[in-house]
Amino acid sequence: MPDPTPSLLTTDKLECTRDDRLLFSELSFQLNAGEVLQIEGPNGSGKTSLLRILSGLRRADSGSVKWQHKDILHARDDYYANMVYIGHLPCIKNDLTTLENIRVLLDTRSQAVAADQVELALSRVGLAGFEDVTGKALSSGQRRRVLLAFLLLADALLWILDEPLTALDVKGVDLMESMILEHRDNGGSVIFTTHHGMRLPCEMKTVDLSRC
Amino acid sequence: MWAWIQKFSSPKYFYDMSAKLIPWFAIPALVIGVYGLYLGFFVAPTDYQQGESYRIIFIHVPAAWMSLFIYMVMAISAGIGLIWQIRLADVIAASSAPIGASFTFVALVTGSLWGKPMWGTYWVWDARLTSELILLFLYFGYMALQASIEDQRMADKASGLLAIVGVVNIPIIHYSVEWWNTLHQGATVTKLDKPSIHIDMLIPLLLMALAFKLFYATMVLVRARNEALYRDRNRRWVRELVEKL
Amino acid sequence: MLKAFYYLLLRDMRLALRSRHELANPLIFFVLVVTLFPLAVMPTPERLQEMAPGVIWVAALLSVLLSLDRLFKQDYEDGSLDQLMLSPNPLVVLVLAKVGAHWLLTGLPLVIIAPLLGVFMQLSSESLSVLIWSLLLGTPVLSLIGAIGVSLTVAVNRGGVLLSLIVLPLYIPVLIFGANAIDVANDGMSVRGQLYFLGAVLALALSLAPLATAVALRITASR
Repeated sequence: MPDPTPSLLTTDKLECTRDDRLLFSELSFQLNAGEVLQIEGPNGSGKTSLLRILSGLRRADSGSVKWQHKDILHARDDYYANMVYIGHLPCIKNDLTTLENIRVLLDTRSQAVAADQVELALSRVGLAGFEDVTGKALSSGQRRRVLLAFLLLADALLWILDEPLTALDVKGVDLMESMILEHRDNGGSVIFTTHHGMRLPCEMKTVDLSRC
Repeated sequence: MWAWIQKFSSPKYFYDMSAKLIPWFAIPALVIGVYGLYLGFFVAPTDYQQGESYRIIFIHVPAAWMSLFIYMVMAISAGIGLIWQIRLADVIAASSAPIGASFTFVALVTGSLWGKPMWGTYWVWDARLTSELILLFLYFGYMALQASIEDQRMADKASGLLAIVGVVNIPIIHYSVEWWNTLHQGATVTKLDKPSIHIDMLIPLLLMALAFKLFYATMVLVRARNEALYRDRNRRWVRELVEKL
Repeated sequence: MLKAFYYLLLRDMRLALRSRHELANPLIFFVLVVTLFPLAVMPTPERLQEMAPGVIWVAALLSVLLSLDRLFKQDYEDGSLDQLMLSPNPLVVLVLAKVGAHWLLTGLPLVIIAPLLGVFMQLSSESLSVLIWSLLLGTPVLSLIGAIGVSLTVAVNRGGVLLSLIVLPLYIPVLIFGANAIDVANDGMSVRGQLYFLGAVLALALSLAPLATAVALRITASR
């Protein structure tokens, strides 16, 4: 039987409390291939918690998240092969070089990528020439850019990005925006949160947590 | 079935229900306990080897039994909480730990008091006492972990897992200590493994064991009631309860 | 899956080798603690020999305990741990890789340096080989059980003392049988039983501890 909807990710009545405070409840939405979803809400409204729930790192207090109609907690390997989550933390090792850091991230996803492709991605994010610089010598903006290169190389349908513009300069913001658009045009989906106004010239779904 | 469990395990239902249950445990615990102590201290015959001092076993042995029993209860309810996400099970586990630690402590103190006339010293590295001491550390570890994690749900899960790991380890620890003891102590007078115990000693012993179990049930209900109230302090049912006062 | 295991093991080894001073610290601590004992008592050969099994094993326990932080702390703080848990590979395999690397970096060096300490403590050559065997079988268990403890406490501020409170009681069986094996060897008796027991505990820990660690990591990540 063909799939009735091309939905990638659906949530059903998610509820989340933190330190006894209800952050959101009855949160249901659907994300299809090629859609971009922005999570809005003031500080402390549970944006990061929601993204951690969507990535399966945190468990919702009730409700479920389904990837292609399967509960993500029961089909982690399938889901994780198709999803990349990038949170606040840099994920960069101080003692490893840029190249090694990217390799480590890709190896964790069990992805073999040719060396010239890595070079290409690094030059696109503006890190050409930084291949052998260790993590501790990189600025925080450059660390974010390493993650962007990883994002380009990780062959994933769904990107979940928590504050992707943090520490990026104007050029970096442009780069991030163009990457999201490109990913969308290739049929991928993106879920992200941001405080900075990200103006994407494309249709966007929004979920406002202050109203949940 | 599931709906029934959900209903019974809701904190509000538990709060109302336990109020009715507590007297049914507390009163028998008191009656049986007093009677058991009377039999043990005044009726049971004097031991031909140890004289009167042996009578402390009527507290020591049931307390030692309880210390293990409560750890089991704790681990099982923590497991239920971990797997089926039943909040009441976590409450029971968390409320049991201090009671279990207290019983362990009582077993240790009475054991060493008993040791004085028997061995001429308050502490001997006897297998039973050593095992109890390690068990006390296991309780402390559980309680410390529970206390040091801010988020209640995470604290329950983390300490619950630790309790389960502890239960897997207890037989191994017990076996190693027993084995270590036979090697180093040589011939210790084993306390309870006598071939037969006089029936007049056995009855008060069993009565005391029963009384301790009932006492534990009372205490765990009282503590779990408080814990449930505290944890749900921001929920509606507790607020309504407070308003009624 | 095997590749993921191998890559992660390699990553941890490489990271450790790039900050060698940290690698050496537990080892120096191990030697230092054992050195303190002869200074604290009258160092007659008989006395040292008698104390050796306990002293060396307790020092090994503490030194492993001190090194446990390295297992997950850094990965937790820089977010790599999240990425590990978002790997399509089974978490248990990744845990095994990390614990394997930890043992190669801390347990194995202890085993290698132990004969020196045995000589310090006047052990006979017969007892020395038993010392090595008991550490070889026992230290992996310390890493495996320790991993459960760290994964539960890594998110706790100042979790160091808490970690020892949780982990040390679980180390007791290894301590008893490890130290006793050397003790018995000193008396020139067969130590097969003790070593078999350590082997059995190792097999048990190898099969259960990674599972518990994986569950514990998922709990810790659910912040």
